[in-house]
Amino acid sequence: MLSELKDRLKAESCEEYLCRLFEKIEKSSLNAFTTLAKESALKEARLFDKNPGRGLLAGVPIAIKGSISTKGIETNCSSRILRGYIPPYDAHVIERLKAEGAIIMGKTNMDEFAMGTSTETSCFGPTKNPWDRACVPGGSSGGSAAVVAGGEAPCSLGSDTGGSVRCPASFCGIVGLKPTYGLVSRYGLVAYANSLEQIGPLTHTVEDTALLMEAISGHDERDSTSAEGARHSYLPGLEDGVAGLKIGIPKEYFGEGVNKDVEKAVWEAIATLESLGASWQEISLPHTRYALAAYYVIAMSEASSNLARFDGLRYGSRQIEDKDWHTTFSEIRAKGFGPEVKRRIMLGTYALSAGYYGRYYLKALQVRTLIKEDFLCAFKDVDLLASPTMPIPAFKIGERINDPLSLYMADVFTVPINLAGVPAISVPCGFAGHLPVGLQLIGPHFGEAAVLRAAQAFEAATPFHEAKPEVI
Amino acid sequence: MDDVIIGLEIHVQLNRLQSKMFCGCSTAYHDSLPNSHTCPVCLGLPGSLPVINKKAVEYGIKVGLALNCKIEEETLFYRKNYYYPDLPKGFQISQYDYPLATKGHIMILGDNGAERNIRINRAHMEEDPGRLVHAGTIDKAKYTMVDYNRCGMPLLEVVTEPDLCSPKEARVFLDKLKSILDYLDVFDGTQEGSMRIDANISLKGGDRSEVKNITGFKGVEKALSYEITRQKNLQRRNIKVVQETRHFDELRNITVSIRSKVGAHDYRYFPECDLAVMRIAPWVPAIRAELPELPDVKRERFVNQYSLADDHAKSLTSEIKLANFYEAVAARAAPKLAAVWIADVLKGELNYRDLGIESFREEHMAEIVQMLEQSKISEDGAVQIIRTLLDRIGIEIDGSPSKIVQELGLCKAEDDAVQKAVREAVAESAAAVADYKAGSERALNFVVGLVMKKTRGKADAGEVHRLVKEEVEKA
Repeated sequence: MLSELKDRLKAESCEEYLCRLFEKIEKSSLNAFTTLAKESALKEARLFDKNPGRGLLAGVPIAIKGSISTKGIETNCSSRILRGYIPPYDAHVIERLKAEGAIIMGKTNMDEFAMGTSTETSCFGPTKNPWDRACVPGGSSGGSAAVVAGGEAPCSLGSDTGGSVRCPASFCGIVGLKPTYGLVSRYGLVAYANSLEQIGPLTHTVEDTALLMEAISGHDERDSTSAEGARHSYLPGLEDGVAGLKIGIPKEYFGEGVNKDVEKAVWEAIATLESLGASWQEISLPHTRYALAAYYVIAMSEASSNLARFDGLRYGSRQIEDKDWHTTFSEIRAKGFGPEVKRRIMLGTYALSAGYYGRYYLKALQVRTLIKEDFLCAFKDVDLLASPTMPIPAFKIGERINDPLSLYMADVFTVPINLAGVPAISVPCGFAGHLPVGLQLIGPHFGEAAVLRAAQAFEAATPFHEAKPEVI
Repeated sequence: MDDVIIGLEIHVQLNRLQSKMFCGCSTAYHDSLPNSHTCPVCLGLPGSLPVINKKAVEYGIKVGLALNCKIEEETLFYRKNYYYPDLPKGFQISQYDYPLATKGHIMILGDNGAERNIRINRAHMEEDPGRLVHAGTIDKAKYTMVDYNRCGMPLLEVVTEPDLCSPKEARVFLDKLKSILDYLDVFDGTQEGSMRIDANISLKGGDRSEVKNITGFKGVEKALSYEITRQKNLQRRNIKVVQETRHFDELRNITVSIRSKVGAHDYRYFPECDLAVMRIAPWVPAIRAELPELPDVKRERFVNQYSLADDHAKSLTSEIKLANFYEAVAARAAPKLAAVWIADVLKGELNYRDLGIESFREEHMAEIVQMLEQSKISEDGAVQIIRTLLDRIGIEIDGSPSKIVQELGLCKAEDDAVQKAVREAVAESAAAVADYKAGSERALNFVVGLVMKKTRGKADAGEVHRLVKEEVEKA
């Protein structure tokens, strides 16, 4: 897709293409973009038309999740407390994209501070699923998935703390990758749970994801958790197929709680991979059932600290009269954060409190180690793991928002991957009714090449990535 | 005052470093506009990440070793969570478990005149918060401004055990610590707010109060003395001392309560995952090998090598620059005499003028001591030379001590020679003296000529004329 687009942009006009996209966005009912950088994007497009560069992404427009810092473009994490915050600096990934010639279109809607599975906790209201406007697009990078699925942007970046790229990719029928922790610099990603999250691409095809990964991955000395070593290349060998590949099927990721249509589509996908030369065997990730609890304790604890800086003093909204310090900043936070963010801050604060730290946070870290060991152990026997990305297809807007536990439960197959720090991709593998289903392929640490190769083989053998929602 | 128990927490800015603790911002912010030495990292802007300044950790280890601490195998950073306007992230990156250095000690001269061992509990690294500037006093300010220039300055917090027994001992300890930091070249104490002290103090059997954020050593002494009086008075009136945090009001020389421990902070320490665990044990041998000779060792060596009195040795080793100055002088002139003159005279003259030792040249001091040694100048003369040299700082006059001796006629030995020649010449010229007394001014010229002959022309003719006239008139 992107390689053809690049050729087309050179032959035709980038400015016209971009204008058509903006026109579509302005008429759109998806509520997927929150900020458009129309002026700067069109300026870049005109420059490209005059003198097309040779970067990996020369002339390619891209949408960016609202939690990734973009110089001069409002970055508000879909939170009232950050409305009006215009960063003075670009995230590492934005610098990389710009260096490769990509054009930043604007910022996309998300769950407030990436806390959610449905993009409903946004202060801008929910984004709609292009496949069914009554349904959620998934979350938290729901805007980034919807703009791609809905044809408003050819590709986008999201961030994945516990499934926030893969879940909306699955719900919206596109490709989404959560890279190995440390592969993509987090410099400039507004932190929700910093020990878990990574920035990842959302695209129509596996090849496009590989292309974006070539652009954004690699060492950055400004992120101390960034992996050392030379930058990887993912396009060469992408077509090498799955012959001889050993796939593990974690038994804990199937069965109870999994939608029947979802399960069926995933098993058919496994059969397809087998027909392409891969073999599969059942394996066990025995600590899976503790993953959700550990994940939420760690994520909320880190969040309670990460979000402490939002006090309205230096940036963001501050519309109330100044009183003494504690009153003022408490009022700003009370007004600025939504209920889900407050819930997580309070639970995280509790979990870190004296007397509870050992019982919750430390315990969760121990579970995390066990879960990581589950994966390390599994990858001794198999090359990749396959599972549903989400146990369910997209649900109705409003259906679960008042039942946080059922929302948290939906992350059951995505959060263990973040706890372990391994890479995983979601690729479209069929439908449950009219709604897309995602296949999750999980690799060992820094095994992106193998993950992308298997995903590419599957995509080439199946028609699902070509299915498009009806455009209104 | 053996019923007083004092422990100190000293925050030392490692301000000899070029850049801040977790970002590349320069540490030289003191003469800059507020908020001009900042970046996304030290401002804690959303998405920014810290990166450890390795040099800062090396400096920390250096101090740890000098305080006889054990350096941990591995060290890691924690987040200390609390809300305050000077803290832009809502947490301070600090250390908790596995601090850089633990269980050290240094010796000080106690109140009873004997050496006392003061234990160091730990030394850990952290980032400095910004600076609040209140419009007025802390309790009555209408508004407060924040300057984030200081944000992220590398801080080392040294925590003592409660081993100090009096405000004076606290002061002696701080002087010693400052001297060690000076030797290690990690700290410049002349910069405002570069060392801030929290002092814990209790009377035996009572609860302790913590006086926070005292900036000067004199301030520490005053705050602690005030606290002792306050707590004793409470005890005398049978009122319980409550555990609380107090602020030292420098203008009024009193401490005031800022919060009681009832509402104490729970800092919710947890590891800073944006930073990796650092294995520092392998760094230690190289850092240890580069440690300079420290004040105590140097003092002992001065006593032995130069036969100095302990007082002089102590005074000369309080600052590394002074010690080096002394040794340079002692290499060229009598060491004992040099010690007396540097420690007792030069230091005082410098202090009086608020100058550092770098304002005086080693070769000048050596020359002065040599002249004293050879009785070429009197002690008064030496003092005069030192003062003259200091007064001439910044004025372009060739000011070597010997030139000043000539200029001011301070040469003891030569004066005597001229005087002697004058007396002899007058005695030998009875006829000329008689002529002069009879009214012939010119008759003196004969006597002057004789003096010039006796002094082989070295004396100043005009000066000799004056001296001869004086001598003749006396006769």
